[in-house]
Amino acid sequence: MQNSALIKTQDLVKIYPVGWKELVALDHVSLEFKTGEFAGLVGPSGSGKTTLLNIVGSLDTPTKGDAVVMGEKISSLSHKQAAALRKKHIGFIFQTFNLLPVYNVYENVEVSLLLLGLTHEERKKKVMQALDWVRLADRAKSRPAQLSGGQCQRVAIARAVVKEPAIILADEPTANLDAENSYNILETMVKLNEELDTTFIFATHDEKVIRYLRRKITLFDGRVAKDEQVIPHRKGENP
Amino acid sequence: MTLFKLAFRNLIGAGLRTWLNVVVLSFSFVVIIWMQGVLKGMNNQAVTSLVDAEYAGGQYWHKSYDPYDPLSLQDAHGRPPEELTDMIEKGRATPVLIIQGTAYPEGRMTTLLIKGIDPDQKIISLPSYFLKEETEELPAVIGNRMSESTGLKAGDTVTLRWRDANGTFDARDALIVQVMRTTVQSIDQGQIWIPLEKLRELSNMKEEATLLVVDKNILDPPKASGWEFKSLDFLIKDITQLVKTKTSGSSIFYVILLLLAMLAIFDTQILSIFRRKKEIGTLMAMGFTRAKVIRLFTIEGAMHAVLAALVAALYGIPFLTWFAKTGWPLPESMDSYGFAIGEKIFPVYSAGLVVGTTLLILVVTTLVSFLPTRKIAKLKPTDALRGKTS
Repeated sequence: MQNSALIKTQDLVKIYPVGWKELVALDHVSLEFKTGEFAGLVGPSGSGKTTLLNIVGSLDTPTKGDAVVMGEKISSLSHKQAAALRKKHIGFIFQTFNLLPVYNVYENVEVSLLLLGLTHEERKKKVMQALDWVRLADRAKSRPAQLSGGQCQRVAIARAVVKEPAIILADEPTANLDAENSYNILETMVKLNEELDTTFIFATHDEKVIRYLRRKITLFDGRVAKDEQVIPHRKGENP
Repeated sequence: MTLFKLAFRNLIGAGLRTWLNVVVLSFSFVVIIWMQGVLKGMNNQAVTSLVDAEYAGGQYWHKSYDPYDPLSLQDAHGRPPEELTDMIEKGRATPVLIIQGTAYPEGRMTTLLIKGIDPDQKIISLPSYFLKEETEELPAVIGNRMSESTGLKAGDTVTLRWRDANGTFDARDALIVQVMRTTVQSIDQGQIWIPLEKLRELSNMKEEATLLVVDKNILDPPKASGWEFKSLDFLIKDITQLVKTKTSGSSIFYVILLLLAMLAIFDTQILSIFRRKKEIGTLMAMGFTRAKVIRLFTIEGAMHAVLAALVAALYGIPFLTWFAKTGWPLPESMDSYGFAIGEKIFPVYSAGLVVGTTLLILVVTTLVSFLPTRKIAKLKPTDALRGKTS
């Protein structure tokens, strides 16, 4: 399962200009992620978790070094190529869900597929399957405003997984959820990871998420402080 | 297709904001079509009235005749050449003799043009048959404007004075046998119509004419020496120019209206891009290129025009149809508008006008929708996701 390197970062450096000064968000980060990993970037705020996730997700480019994702060098991708990479291979889950408010649940999930050139029937099948995974098939016609936070995040997960990407990047996916909903979300993600062999990379400092990780990468001041394989403790299991 | 679908959903999802813009824009549609239709109707009516009452199929002018120079009238008369005599005999052209004269209505003196016309002519709609009336005085027809300015009514007698071909003054009383209601000022104001033969006799201009009006069905008028044929295009040139001037004047109104509607669309687009940064970021994260997002927002803006066209059709078609049927009654003051219109204006909406207006609004709306979206081209996906301006 976890054999080929899906993502590789080499001496990744990201520097942001802040006024006259520079902020080093990532400082020579070298990491490798394999297919099917359930890994987390943990660390305090400002440690570079989201920046790393953004570069791996081809939403941002490194200042120095490079990230190779699915064989593509992020620094040399054009906007169009980066968009194509995201479209085919990367799903995102955001802290604030980022659902499109004017669309219903079905349409929010379908948006991901609209760029893939599928027929209406194919899209419908995949959307309903994704909604089944997150147990929201019965809320297909609801608007995000009619859903709870947990349900919204499940829609966001369905939207990320519906195109069956190789990588799902989740930035603080449980930060806006209560414990019960957080566990439900995490269980869903573990199930998807196991069933679809999707690589999950989290940016989190939520203990509940950390307990589910099989690999924990601790970032501090933009550097990898620790990279360890851990035994996950799912809900109901004692560490 | 995908982008159209998304744009449509976004637009409908925006609710009241969309419908407010759509209503304003639809108002522009209807007003532009209505105003253009009124102007077109006005133009058509003016041309039709002039053609029916004065120009018919064109005119032959005596070589010295210049309608803008009254002093030329004393020389602008002559016998129509042989080439035209046949047309006159067959009733396919009618001669008109014009001389300068003076009238003394109610003791006042008014200069006017005395026009002689064949009472049996059927080429122009002027009611010349009233001139057949057997009277002791000269039978005369005047228009309603002339009647109003001189105070003359049907049955009144007025003294006319003129100079004959030899320059000798002569005078006769004329009986107003009819006051014609006409919208055409150029056969009415400052002129009096009497029988052609009488005028020829009184002015010592036997068989002479100043101009000849030819039948509408004469497509290929012959050349005539000493006379110039003036085509309909030439004769209505002034009126066409006047309508053009008035059209461009009126277009300022709908340009302002269109600008207001465009301002609303522009504002909505700016606000949309500002408020929906996260959405833009999310779309980019899902694989939308910047160009696609720009297209999505532009289509969204342009769709306002499509919806506006539909809304405009909903209330515009019944309104414009009703208006075209009932017409627009003109106040008396409109008589000074500069050309013949009629008592009512009946707007004319051509397919070209409707399609042209729709395309104009669609193109302008698309352009106005596109301009603010260029901001997206500079937006970083990470900044957009944070709702931050780049």
